[in-house]
Amino acid sequence: MSIEAMPPEGALRSDVPVLEVEDLSVTFTRRGEQPTRAVDGVSFSVSAGETIGLVGESGCGKSVTSLAVMGLLPKRGVQVGGSVRLAGTELLGASDRTLRRLRGSEMAMVFQDPLSSLNPTVPIGTQVTEVLVEHREMGKREAATEATDLLDRVGIPDPARRLKEYPHQLSGGMRQRALIAMALACSPRLLIADEPTTALDVTIQAQILELLRELVVDSGTALVMITHDLGVVAGLCDRVHVMYAGKVIETADRYELFARPRQPYTGGLLASVPRLDAGRGVPLTPIRGSARDAIPWAEGCAFAPRCDNAQDDCLTEVAGSTVPLEYDGPGRELRCRHPLSYPQQTPAGATASGAGR
Amino acid sequence: MLRFVVRRLLQLVPILLGLSVLLFAWLRALPGGPAQAALGERATPEAIARYNELFGLDQPIWVQYLRFLGRAVQLDFGSSARTGRPVTTEFLERMPGTVELTLFAMVFAIGVGIPLGYLAARRHGSWLDSSAVIGSLLGVAIPVFFLAYLLRLLFAVELGWLPGSGRQEVRIDATHITNFYVLDGLLTREWDAAWDAFLHLVLPGIALGTIPLAIIVRITRAAVLDVVNEDYVRTANAKGLSADTVRRRHVIRNALLPVSTTIGLQTGLLLSGAVLTETVFAFGGVGSAIYDAIFARDFAVLQGFVLMLAVVYVLVNLLVDISYGLLDPRVRVR
Repeated sequence: MSIEAMPPEGALRSDVPVLEVEDLSVTFTRRGEQPTRAVDGVSFSVSAGETIGLVGESGCGKSVTSLAVMGLLPKRGVQVGGSVRLAGTELLGASDRTLRRLRGSEMAMVFQDPLSSLNPTVPIGTQVTEVLVEHREMGKREAATEATDLLDRVGIPDPARRLKEYPHQLSGGMRQRALIAMALACSPRLLIADEPTTALDVTIQAQILELLRELVVDSGTALVMITHDLGVVAGLCDRVHVMYAGKVIETADRYELFARPRQPYTGGLLASVPRLDAGRGVPLTPIRGSARDAIPWAEGCAFAPRCDNAQDDCLTEVAGSTVPLEYDGPGRELRCRHPLSYPQQTPAGATASGAGR
Repeated sequence: MLRFVVRRLLQLVPILLGLSVLLFAWLRALPGGPAQAALGERATPEAIARYNELFGLDQPIWVQYLRFLGRAVQLDFGSSARTGRPVTTEFLERMPGTVELTLFAMVFAIGVGIPLGYLAARRHGSWLDSSAVIGSLLGVAIPVFFLAYLLRLLFAVELGWLPGSGRQEVRIDATHITNFYVLDGLLTREWDAAWDAFLHLVLPGIALGTIPLAIIVRITRAAVLDVVNEDYVRTANAKGLSADTVRRRHVIRNALLPVSTTIGLQTGLLLSGAVLTETVFAFGGVGSAIYDAIFARDFAVLQGFVLMLAVVYVLVNLLVDISYGLLDPRVRVR
């Protein structure tokens, strides 16, 4: 296959993963302040029809990762390093024109807060059709018909009427559906959903997740779910990357991760989920401390100050001895010197999800 | 929509009633009545009494008020004590001048202010931004009469580039149909008269437009800085829209919301008469008429002008509210 000779449209390949992120780093610099490394050497890839989860608490760099992939970070005061390839095409350093052509058509994003993510002064219809007009070169009328179909597809009742309405006239769930409709308008290969259900109540959450799942199954979209909600992960993601302080600290298949979390942080996250079968009055088990207690990765493990398993070798005075992300059985990677261990280790690779890969 | 307009117009009734009571009481509390102003300081008590009788000023104040009210609802505010001409006629002669001046000033302020504010925001932190901020601070801080005087001295008196007083050169024998001199010139195809009237607007218009300009620059800049960080602008970029579409549909449109409020308020203020500017440029608008009326204790003119300006002010605000609904669907009235 001669990749070099291909025209711009054909530059996207289908023989490689839809999204490959390699050693991505994002550093925020402000005059007179220490640069902040929000994302530090993150690597992952997503194939068509696959869903991966980026999981972590607020400030761990998961949203910044997604914005870096989309090229939506501000240009001033931000340094992005590493490599982001969309179906083989390098996005970092690509021209603004190329990025604008790919955004909305080949890769799309659904944001967290549906109300503030929609323009309050523009009808829903225009906000949907503008994508079609921009990328699929449709006329106004054709785009309006297509927009009606899209709204119908994401489950908005009476779509023709909704097109003429403004965001404030829609319910929260409908707004999120409208946002999803916009993201789907050009059948993108990659969809990034940044906490798409956080602002919604539980029943609507379930509907939206179901909608996203159907999408992946029906159109083979590669989906990146960014979330702090382990319930979402359990229901949707094939593979999970747990992030802490800008780095991936554990990667595993969904079942593996829930059955045998290895990183104490992941274990803490799972343990802190409220359980229906717990007795009344049993307090939740939080991870002690907060994300602000992190130490620089260069001094060992950023999670060490909050970790129950931490030992002396997790914290080194010498800079540059970061705990590495290492192979931890098939399909698993782990960044930890003293991981949680389990009495009977099932031979890795024997699980259903592992075998299917 | 219609109900909204009607309701707002009905609100005018209590506003005007209250205002008329205040005005009436306040004017009569002023030292030195109209008789004294008209007849001079050495007028005999008899002459003053006869003058008051003639104009009904000897009646109890509430009788005077009711009489005034009864005529006012028929748009009859009496005659000017100074010129003897009906107040309504004088107002209709004067108002077009002020409207022209206001339009010029606001077109100047909007035409320069919005682009400048937008550029300042997009080049946040640049020299252009800093000078826009400092310039607008100066613009708000500088006293209008001082600026008016300075402009007149420099461009009219010293350089002689632009006319410095009046609404039109007297030597031009222009026909006046509507009393909007520029419009009149265009209607009658007397191009030179229209151009001359336009030139007479430039200096007072710039003086008058400076404060609105400064405010518009600041508000636009702040609004754009706010809006570019909004989530929906990020969404628009995530949709891969062209930079131009994002700017037009998603940034500027929303940034104009606060700006439009400012524009409305400022227009209303300017329309109610720029007393200082009109006086410096001897510009025959309502502002200079009010100035003259105050000195002459010309009750009829003051009452009539202030009440009619109140109507104008309320109408302008109504227009602003309606246009705001056009820009922002969230406050749209149905």
